[in-house]
Amino acid sequence: MSTFVFFVAAIGAITGAIGVIALKNPYYSVLSLVGHMISLAALFLLLRAEFLAASQVIIYAGAVIVLYVFVVSYVGDSAPTLGQEPSRLAALGAFACGTALVVELLIAVLGSGLQAIGHDGAPYHAGFGTPGAIGTLLLTRFLAPFEIASYLLLVAAIGAVTLARRRRGLDDGIEERTPVLELGDVLRTRPAATGTMAEAGGSRGVSES
Amino acid sequence: MSATAAAWIALAAPLAGTIVTGALFRRLPGRSAGWIGTAAVAVSFVFALITLAKIQSVAPGARELTSTLWTIAGTTGVDARATILVDPLSVLMICVVAGVSMLIHLYSVIYLAGDRGYSRFFAYLNFFVFSMLLLVLAGNFLLLIVGWAFVGAVSYILISFWYRRTTATTAGFKAFVINVVGDIGLVLGTFFIFRHTHTFDLLASFHAASHVFASGSGDVTAGCLLLLVGAFAKSAQIPLHTWLPDAMEGPTPVSALIHAATMVTAGVYLIARMHPLFQLAPAAGDVGAVIGCLTLLIAGTIGLAATDLKRVIAYSTMSQIGYMIMGVSIGAYTAGLFHLMTHAFFKALLFMAAGSLISAMGGVQSLDRMSGFRRALPFTFGSFIIGGLALSGVPPFSGYFSKDSILLFAAGRGGWHWALWAAGYVGALLTALYTFRMIFRAFLGEPCAEARELIETGHLHHAEAPTNPANGEIEDTDVGFPGPDHAVAERAVPMRAAMGTLALLSIVGGIVAIPHVTSWLDHFLAPTFADSTLVGNASNGVLALGLILGAVVSLGGVAAAYFIWVARPALAGQLRERFAPLATLFENKWYFDELIDTLVVRPGAWFGRFSQNTFERVFINGVLVGGSTGLVRASSALVRATQSGMLRVYAALMLLGAAAVAFYFLLQS
Amino acid sequence: MSIGWYLAVSAIVFAIGAGGVLVRRNPIVILLCLELMLNAANLALIGFSRMWGNGDGQVFALVVIVVAACEVTVGLGLIVALHRRRLPIDVDELRELQG
Repeated sequence: MSTFVFFVAAIGAITGAIGVIALKNPYYSVLSLVGHMISLAALFLLLRAEFLAASQVIIYAGAVIVLYVFVVSYVGDSAPTLGQEPSRLAALGAFACGTALVVELLIAVLGSGLQAIGHDGAPYHAGFGTPGAIGTLLLTRFLAPFEIASYLLLVAAIGAVTLARRRRGLDDGIEERTPVLELGDVLRTRPAATGTMAEAGGSRGVSES
Repeated sequence: MSATAAAWIALAAPLAGTIVTGALFRRLPGRSAGWIGTAAVAVSFVFALITLAKIQSVAPGARELTSTLWTIAGTTGVDARATILVDPLSVLMICVVAGVSMLIHLYSVIYLAGDRGYSRFFAYLNFFVFSMLLLVLAGNFLLLIVGWAFVGAVSYILISFWYRRTTATTAGFKAFVINVVGDIGLVLGTFFIFRHTHTFDLLASFHAASHVFASGSGDVTAGCLLLLVGAFAKSAQIPLHTWLPDAMEGPTPVSALIHAATMVTAGVYLIARMHPLFQLAPAAGDVGAVIGCLTLLIAGTIGLAATDLKRVIAYSTMSQIGYMIMGVSIGAYTAGLFHLMTHAFFKALLFMAAGSLISAMGGVQSLDRMSGFRRALPFTFGSFIIGGLALSGVPPFSGYFSKDSILLFAAGRGGWHWALWAAGYVGALLTALYTFRMIFRAFLGEPCAEARELIETGHLHHAEAPTNPANGEIEDTDVGFPGPDHAVAERAVPMRAAMGTLALLSIVGGIVAIPHVTSWLDHFLAPTFADSTLVGNASNGVLALGLILGAVVSLGGVAAAYFIWVARPALAGQLRERFAPLATLFENKWYFDELIDTLVVRPGAWFGRFSQNTFERVFINGVLVGGSTGLVRASSALVRATQSGMLRVYAALMLLGAAAVAFYFLLQS
Repeated sequence: MSIGWYLAVSAIVFAIGAGGVLVRRNPIVILLCLELMLNAANLALIGFSRMWGNGDGQVFALVVIVVAACEVTVGLGLIVALHRRRLPIDVDELRELQG
């Protein structure tokens, strides 16, 4: 039974991978990746990594893929150069490279003489791969990586905002108008819908000058 | 104080003079550079005399003293030491060199006053004296070569002393290049000898020579012939003589010192010093004798046709050195050195007097424009007469005895040397002729404009614009050109003192070696030449014949000169027309300059151009330089191509690299 | 199945991802292929974790997921910025390092 599931999941993973690189439309590539990830989650389950399988589906296939979908939608297929046909030679070269890599890795791994490769793994203890076990590890042995990873997330978020920020001088539609404040303005009583809130929120209603 | 210590001091004094005048050249006021230079050489002369005295106190058999100051380099097979050899030959040479140099320095103090390069002159002149003393005092081949090279270099520097004159600098190049040819001969000759004797030390070489060389063997003959090449270049013998007349571009004291009295005699000294080697190579000796003989005849004929005052005296120097070279080549060492000594006296005197005459002419040197200076420059006239008589070999002046000793030895050697004897007397006739042609033309007859100016107004003639006497170019009197002042002997005590001393020595100097009568010089030089195998003892009959013939020839030559150039002035022109081809040959200096130009200069220039156009431009610039830069450019272009900015290329390279590394580790395990 | 099989699958997926990085010109798809490679690494890690019976590999894989998420964020932010500036979304066109 598990063998069957393994083969199904493995084929699904590989098919998904091939689909990612072969499909022209980026939407379809993203979808293919989703398939690949779900197959991978199945493989994780077979390896008794329940928490990881779940987090794979939720975080990876959930959040990350959604992010991809957003960006692919935003960028779209407007530019005609998207997804152009790679030349024959490049494709052949890539194929050769990939094959070489596979062969190498397989030889490295399978020929390495690791005895455990031939087995199914260590004897199973209950609680292996459960969220509790992972949580314990995270908060005891791997506390530092855990904290650093959260810091990394923060940095990435800030970085993404910075990179995608609108910059001044770009002809993109909505233009920001800086509020120009003069002495007269301060002394005069403010007209309605102006003041601190208006300045903070946007410069609607500032007197034309 | 030992003899060698005195010799070291005599050697060091002019060097100190050079350093002082050279270092302080800007700050020495007036003529102090001149007096410092003269004092340095005077100190040297005093110590040369002390050396002379000290060496007399040593037993005659032990008069070859050496003294080493330090070892320059000592490895297996090479012994390079700073050694001087003090033996009668070197003592004679240093006394003559230092003495005559001192007098010439004294003369130059006044003669070159007003020249912007005054201190520079005395620095160089002192350095010359040091170099010449080093050459004659050298105790091994290395110091000899060093001294030889130094005198060549200083000769070049002093010929080009007025360096803004292109004629002077060209003449300096010519002298230097021909001297370098001689240097090559000297150095190669040294190597040929060193190969067998395995030592640079002179005495050791000579002692070993008879053991390691068979008489007449190829190596020693080759070595001696190469040494002769050096001697010929330095002493201006055919065919390496063309530099000496051009060297008259230098100031007159330089001509007097370097190109009459000292440097050009270095070749004679070389052959005399190397006599043990030359005796093992009779062929080389014969070559030297023949060349010396040819030179004395050819130079004599050219002197008859030359019109520049200093060049007449230069050809006369060449001719007299021919006598000396002939003498030392056939084995007449004492006689040759005797003639060297007397020649130094009267030739320096003649040059000094010529300098005075040229000053009176306002810088003009052409004989065609000089006449009738007898009343205007009496002292100069007297000096010319005394020097001329000594040069012509009129008895009882010193030149008579010295010339006759050489020819007597030739007669004593017998065989084919009788031809040398006869040529020597023909040369004496020529000498008398051209010497007195010069003197009578310049001093007798109607006074020329400059002479009249001097007699009537007492002012020396100055040209309106200073001109180069050789090519008439207009100059100025600033640094690099002669100064504005002209000094004549009649008005300068130091000049008269120097000239007077030399005149006295020219008159009485012969007394040291009157053939078969006095033999002071013979006895003095005996320790050096004791091992000489060449003997030239002539009978008293031959001696008498030679003496009488010499007197007849010289006096006859003087009389003939008077007849041709004074009594019947038109006769000179008629003779010239009668013998027009000969006259042309003499006037063109036997076409030696043209010959050397065709044989050496043109091929050399062609080769240089060819090398530049073909070899250097195509091969070196094109292939080597262009090729290597092209290679670098191509390879850098290749490397640059990897920096394409293409992300996928970079990714591919990274993956390839990682795969290669993994493959390597895979293979390892 | 023995662990070797999972490692073989991981190797294949990794190679496919590497090939995709080299072949595709769209940077979004290149990032997707990077995800493939990261996933393959995760699979290998979890396989080894199962082999040793140790939870360390799984924690490693978790952190890899976190890092992948961050990297995707920043990468896609880059692409958005490129699109904003009207630059072509093609790695072959983006060759210069200025501006």
